[in-house]
Amino acid sequence: MPHTDAAAVALARDGDSEAFRALVERHSCAVYRLAHRMTGNPQDAEDVVQETFLKAYRQLGRFESRANFGTWLHRIAVNCSIDLIRGRKHQETGHDASDLDTLHKHDDPVDPSPERLMLSTEVQEQVTRAMDGLTHMERAAFVLRHFEGQSIDDISRALGLKANAAKHSIFRAVRKMRLALEPFVETEP
Amino acid sequence: MTTNLHLQDDDLVLHYYGEMGRAEEARAESHLEACRECRENYARLQRVMAFVDSAPAVDAPAGFERTAWARLEPALHAPGRGGFFSSLSSPAYLALAAGTILLVGAAFIAGRLMPRTPVGTQTDGQAAEKVRERILLVDLGEHLDRSQMVLVELVSAGEDKGDVDISTERVRAEQLVAANRLYRQTAMSTGDAAVASVLDDLERVLVDVAASPSTVSQEELDSVRRRIESKELLFKVRVVSSQVRERQKAEIKERTSVGS
Repeated sequence: MPHTDAAAVALARDGDSEAFRALVERHSCAVYRLAHRMTGNPQDAEDVVQETFLKAYRQLGRFESRANFGTWLHRIAVNCSIDLIRGRKHQETGHDASDLDTLHKHDDPVDPSPERLMLSTEVQEQVTRAMDGLTHMERAAFVLRHFEGQSIDDISRALGLKANAAKHSIFRAVRKMRLALEPFVETEP
Repeated sequence: MTTNLHLQDDDLVLHYYGEMGRAEEARAESHLEACRECRENYARLQRVMAFVDSAPAVDAPAGFERTAWARLEPALHAPGRGGFFSSLSSPAYLALAAGTILLVGAAFIAGRLMPRTPVGTQTDGQAAEKVRERILLVDLGEHLDRSQMVLVELVSAGEDKGDVDISTERVRAEQLVAANRLYRQTAMSTGDAAVASVLDDLERVLVDVAASPSTVSQEELDSVRRRIESKELLFKVRVVSSQVRERQKAEIKERTSVGS
């Protein structure tokens, strides 16, 4: 197995499938984490991983050997996630801020004590729950802005939205996240 | 927004992400210095964002690197393998099938059809589309039959003690993964949730088998069998397969009655 990504890419370009396998094995989990964050479900995340590596394989010839393979792959994965989300635009299943409150009332009561939240899995669960309340577009816009650090202009181009629509997707997403998570971060009076 | 008016929640979001213009930014800064209420509101926003940042991303399932490769590998190298079924998972076939299936819609998968156009009024494009639909019905039928064969062989393999050679099933599973994925995505994108769910269960078993070594222990084989049986996978695949066959028969009957 080649020790570096650059060596693996060079071999994979020459048709060495074991070298490409090494790249898949090194990077697939990181791509999955990004894709899961963007799409919000395991099945879509797996599909994004598949598409990402297929695209990367086909475009290996275009990869600049001085660049970082992980960063390049990350960009492809973001684009694949966006393609999937744009394809689902008509199947939005998120909830309005107005009904998020109602949704949470129906959920099992959760004890937001600091002891529980000390566990990162508990934090992850609450954030996942909050993000599940976002529409596909709100989620994508929020992830691109918050985790990927993209500007609103870049997000609007990536998602095919007008700048104002992208901005409002982020506003709605943040509003929903605050509504869902503020009870867990309130400081003692 | 003015210096005297309170900052709205949305203004605070723009401020947090550094998305305000220079003049607005300066006004926001100076308002936050002067207004305790807005400062507290901004602190709440910052705490929520810090909380979001502290949540680890969801990890891939254990062994994902292996299954990711098992899914991917057939799509990368199918053309070199030869044989009818390898052509079903070749990139060229998949690209053609993806385009065609998405055009036709997955209604045919569940045996539901779009409204019929009287044959006499069909355009060339509609006729060509129907031909493609027929071809894909045949392909899907073949895919489900071959998948059933793999499942049956796995369920009935290795009754004796000791390790079991599943190399044949492994190679077949590997060849089926890419096509299955495409059919599943199509079913999902057209809202055929029941069919998508069967194909998803099928794909998970196929991926696991494709990623297995050629020889497995009885315990490992039993675990695969339990998965097949607990999901009633064989039965469900048979049901979908039979729906596809019925649809094919209806197509043939329709063509015959039109031709006579």
